[in-house]
Amino acid sequence: MPSPLEHDYIGFSSSSSNFEEEVEVEDLKGTELRLGLPGSESPERKPVVGLSLGLPKSSVSGLKRGFADTVDGSGGWIFSGGSGGGMENGKGGPLVSQKEENGGGTSGQDSKGHVLSAKAQVVGWPPIRSYRKSMMPTNLDKNKDGIEDKQSFGCVFVKVSMDGAPYLRKVDLKTYDNYKELSSALEKMFSCFTIGQCTSQGVQGKDGLSQSCLADLLHGSEYVLTYEDKDRDWMLVGDVPWDMFTNSCRRLRIMKGSDAIGLDLYNGIYLPAAPRVKEKSKNRNDLANQMQKPV
Amino acid sequence: MASKKKKEAIDEGKSMEIRVSLFPDEVLERVLGFVKSHKDRSSVSLVCKDWYTAERWSRTHVFIGNCYSVSPEIVARRFPNIRSVTLKGKPRFSDFNLVPPNWGADIHSWLVVFASAYPFLEELRLKRMTVTDESLDFLARSFTGFKALSLVSCDGFSTDGLASIASYCRNLTELDIQESGIDDLGGSWLSYFPESFTSLETLNFANLNSEVNFDALEKLVSRCKSLKVLKVNRSITLEQLRRLLMRAPQLVELGTGSFSQDHLLRADAELEAAFNNCKSLHTLSGLWEVSSMYLPALYPACTNLIFLNLSYATLQSTELAKLLPNCPLLRRLWVLDTVEDKGLEAVASNCHFLEELRVFPADPFDQEGIPEGGGTGVTEFGFVAVSKGCPNLRYVLYFCRQMTNVAVATVVRNCPNFTHFRLCIMNMCEPDHITKDPMDEAFGAVVKTCKKLRRLAVSGLLTDRTFEYIGTYAKNLETLSVAFAGRSDRGMQSVLEGCPKLRKLEIRDCPFGNSALLSGLDRYESMRSLWMSACKVTINGCRLLARRMPRLNVEVIKEDDNDDTQAEKVYVYRSVAGPRRDAPPFVITM
Repeated sequence: MPSPLEHDYIGFSSSSSNFEEEVEVEDLKGTELRLGLPGSESPERKPVVGLSLGLPKSSVSGLKRGFADTVDGSGGWIFSGGSGGGMENGKGGPLVSQKEENGGGTSGQDSKGHVLSAKAQVVGWPPIRSYRKSMMPTNLDKNKDGIEDKQSFGCVFVKVSMDGAPYLRKVDLKTYDNYKELSSALEKMFSCFTIGQCTSQGVQGKDGLSQSCLADLLHGSEYVLTYEDKDRDWMLVGDVPWDMFTNSCRRLRIMKGSDAIGLDLYNGIYLPAAPRVKEKSKNRNDLANQMQKPV
Repeated sequence: MASKKKKEAIDEGKSMEIRVSLFPDEVLERVLGFVKSHKDRSSVSLVCKDWYTAERWSRTHVFIGNCYSVSPEIVARRFPNIRSVTLKGKPRFSDFNLVPPNWGADIHSWLVVFASAYPFLEELRLKRMTVTDESLDFLARSFTGFKALSLVSCDGFSTDGLASIASYCRNLTELDIQESGIDDLGGSWLSYFPESFTSLETLNFANLNSEVNFDALEKLVSRCKSLKVLKVNRSITLEQLRRLLMRAPQLVELGTGSFSQDHLLRADAELEAAFNNCKSLHTLSGLWEVSSMYLPALYPACTNLIFLNLSYATLQSTELAKLLPNCPLLRRLWVLDTVEDKGLEAVASNCHFLEELRVFPADPFDQEGIPEGGGTGVTEFGFVAVSKGCPNLRYVLYFCRQMTNVAVATVVRNCPNFTHFRLCIMNMCEPDHITKDPMDEAFGAVVKTCKKLRRLAVSGLLTDRTFEYIGTYAKNLETLSVAFAGRSDRGMQSVLEGCPKLRKLEIRDCPFGNSALLSGLDRYESMRSLWMSACKVTINGCRLLARRMPRLNVEVIKEDDNDDTQAEKVYVYRSVAGPRRDAPPFVITM
């Protein structure tokens, strides 16, 4: 039975380590990195490297709800009884209903003072109307009405998340002319998160590592670049002509290759074999299997 | 002596009665025709049978705050001469995605009844209802004299539906689809207004994204000489806006498109001239992508502004500080928190007549390492500053990330006339950021000081004490919104016991259970509705309530099959129409 408000007097969740549960499903593909080609046997998994050394696994729950705020186009979060099914426009897959104990929301900061891991994720909080969210000029990428001519606004900001990275970035698609430029920019941006994988287990370090390590990872098909289009389908980047892509792309995700089941890769140019199945529902099952449930 | 007096009183009463009933019905109806307010009409109808009858025949506008509280057939039976209908549908928390899609509140069954009962229907105003293109088409074809359509926060239709309205409603005066989330299939709908069509007075399509045919729009604006309200969408550029303004200097309410231009305008002077013409403007909104370069062009139009909605304009404090001195008569101001406390200080210095302030967060969910526009939003300092400079404040909606009890107490001391106080501290369960105490005293101060308070929304870390205060002091409270607050059933009970005028209570994620729910047994029939989600209410509790109060609809929304005992979302409301006949499978009436 869910107890949505097991928070103590000062509002901290008694089980902030369960924060993992609260994070939008897509963010956490387990919290472990794997090496190797998708579909191949994965070697022993390594713990994800957070932004600071020595953080327990729960700190990774500082992952921003990479897609949460556009999964339903309206910043839907998941929380206790809020099943997240309340898509006002009836679009998008339902969010997972986290019925397990997940605390009252860790407001403020967790015990390590980690700003990133602070906020619990809740459907409909803060109480901003979906309409307002979609109309905000700074959040063009969240506009669920689908702007027909983004060009006229001069920039197309989309959020880019990477599985295993503690926070996400934003890029302006208009600053690139083709997929190659975008891809290298992303490699640079996210190199710090995956450098750890190139080193020996569990040690984070940037010394002596080049960005080619990430590039290798990306092109070695460990990671796949995908995007969510206007119809809320997840597609492989590279499917469509660049202009069409910039117009329809709403957010990007650097996804673990192994999770992109059914998507084909070809030398870093990603072939259009994206299933029209909502990735989310599939991933949720994966996550359910992978995540550790609280005691 | 006493009995003689009593007899005289009775005699007098009788003769009064006789006198009154000698009024011909027509006269009574005529007189009652002047009574407009719903509340007054309700009272009138309760006086006696004659008055009830006269009232029902003379009523032309019916307001239904909850579309499921009554059926269209009942309405049609009671009121034969309705010309205007206002209907509200979904619970307010559906705005925040707490209500699943396809929940209901579909207008169609109402339209079908109205088509036969009120063929002369002129106005339909809907809020949070589902309207399909099919319904819009049906509406357009069924009511030949139809004049005003207002769809606020509605869903379910597309621009095709608008095309039907434009095509068939020859006498249309108002088309307002503000804040409705619709399928925008393109802007051609606007071109369906025939060239002979000139009656439009209000046009609001600000929420659409696609380009409308500007030529068609310009011609429409030119020929509709009575156009008073025009709110265009973002696709309209500054230059296009200028042209529209030249055609319609008589506008009273203007919603601009995107207030910027890719290339420099030919002449700023022309833009200023266009705005200079619009001396009647009292409401201004829109202003997406507003560029400070063009903002000064607005100044001449601001002289008589009463309501300025900058809630989509990412203005900084300096820009606001330059704009506000041009709006001396401002009474309502909506801004984004990008203006920060400094901007609010500018409000305090300039807007002495301000009655309403709403501060929206520019990036409520963005808690990343890279905030979009930088800045920290507004804090308790801005709040206090405004209260010092604007003593007439009566409506506030304030989104912030930190607040203190002392600040709120200061605010209400400066402005004791609040009727609507909605404070949203966005971090959940956030205590007073200096003392780390709960925010109980803040809201205590609000309810103790603001005797006229009708609407309250609370936030921050709150114990039952807040609710005890509310129950003790907030005697005029009608609407209360609560989230992540309270400690025990006592909280909700205090409110239900203590607030006699409570009409709408919406609660989410609070530890209120069955005893709290059942403590309101006597109250719910005098309320419009109760919403409780993610609380501790169980199905059995709901069943018990339903059994004890048969004239209430007690609905549980169940979206998954886990946990059969918890009632995740409960919606309780009075109804004379009985249980819903159109409930989807996830809505279970107890």
